[in-house]
Amino acid sequence: MSFDIPSDRRYLESHEWTTTDETVRIGITDFAQDELGDVVFVELPDAGSEVTAEEEFGVVESIKAVSDLLSPVSGTVTAVNEDLFDAPELLNQDPYGDGWMLEVDPSDESEFDDLLTAEEYRDNIE
Amino acid sequence: MGLRKPPLRETHASQGASFTEFGGWEMPVEFDSISTEHAAVRESAGLFDVSHMGEIEVSGPDAAALVNRLTTNDVTELDPGDTQYACITDADGTILDDTVVFRLPDDADPRYLFVPNAGHDAEMYTRWVEHRDEWGLDATVQNTTEEWAMLALQGPDAPNLAADVTDGATRDVGRFEATFLDVAGVRSLASRTGYTGEDGFEFLCPWDAAETVWSAFDCQPCGLGARDTLRLEMGFLLSGQDFDPTDEPRTPYEAGVGWTVDLDTTFVGRDALERAEREGVDERFRGVQLLERGVPRHGYEVVDADGDHLGHLTSGTMSPTLGEPIGLGYLAADAAPPGTRVRVVVRGEPKQAKVVSPPFIDK
Repeated sequence: MSFDIPSDRRYLESHEWTTTDETVRIGITDFAQDELGDVVFVELPDAGSEVTAEEEFGVVESIKAVSDLLSPVSGTVTAVNEDLFDAPELLNQDPYGDGWMLEVDPSDESEFDDLLTAEEYRDNIE
Repeated sequence: MGLRKPPLRETHASQGASFTEFGGWEMPVEFDSISTEHAAVRESAGLFDVSHMGEIEVSGPDAAALVNRLTTNDVTELDPGDTQYACITDADGTILDDTVVFRLPDDADPRYLFVPNAGHDAEMYTRWVEHRDEWGLDATVQNTTEEWAMLALQGPDAPNLAADVTDGATRDVGRFEATFLDVAGVRSLASRTGYTGEDGFEFLCPWDAAETVWSAFDCQPCGLGARDTLRLEMGFLLSGQDFDPTDEPRTPYEAGVGWTVDLDTTFVGRDALERAEREGVDERFRGVQLLERGVPRHGYEVVDADGDHLGHLTSGTMSPTLGEPIGLGYLAADAAPPGTRVRVVVRGEPKQAKVVSPPFIDK
């Protein structure tokens, strides 16, 4: 089985991704959604709240598992993908696109350097 | 200790299954996705490998007496080819396991086969042998768990699929009946039973011929994940989770299966259960449906509007059929009858729910 791991973003070992563009989006990887199976519930923080690198920011649940979500970066949440509340299956269908979770205004961009590259993340899951 | 493997372990792997440990066995949990497999069983048909279920065979002049004294139901009611759901209780009436007892169809002298849950076969074999010896009964007890594969074909299309590979022989098998017949040429015990709430069959076939029977059916392969969501929608008990002699000790009355108890027979646990029936139960197995977003899970507390304890959940999931979060568990019998508004505590947060009487779906 081969998993999609876009090279334009960075990763945590716990299977979250972040973009490093002007708008920083975070979500979970293709590998993570495959491991979870049918995602049925997502709990995310409200816009305006703070997230901290490698600390829990929410929960994702599939039919068979409950998994904490860790933030790749620290910062302030500027947007939440509320579509996921009614359609959590977007995480299975499009984990890097419509299945994004948060937009964050990062407080310390040097944290990106601590994250795995796509290649390093692939080595981690294979 | 290594995991026990079903005979089709490699076949499942080649069909893309992911595996889980269950009752000491390495079993397929998912082939495609739980929701796909679940929908196939509700709408057409699905095929499960349940070879982790145990088989214990009991024969000899005192076979009926032995089985009757160790199960809560009355096996003397069974004609050849009948099946019966029952509990196996200890002296204080606590459920050790639940089981289906078959009176095998082809013998004038009663011969029984019962199906303990995964990982309970050795314990039940020992229990039967020790009680036989203690009571001086003349019966032969064999643990044939690794001689039989067990495959479950479930769903509205199951009767037609079964008839196609048995020359129509399964058409004569009524609900909760069993008979020996050829499935794709393999002599099997076919019973019109299952644990999904759908029509269908369970086939006991020789371990080494499992491949032939498995591949005879052209339908969705299903794992234990879908088996769990299907039985949950029906409110069926899962041994070791909804009851467990150590972690969740319950009588059949608490667990909602008091109908399996025949107090007119003599069995281990009978006197305790007669008392329990007279005195009534404090907690009762119920369903809950969440009215807010969230997923009920094993171990979650249930409280009333004031936050006072009402009970706890033993199983829960997002129902694939309803798209609603559902749970099963033990709630105060008097304070939380069906219809009661309760709260399920999900990660510290009380979420609105209502008590219901399973099944959650119309069947």
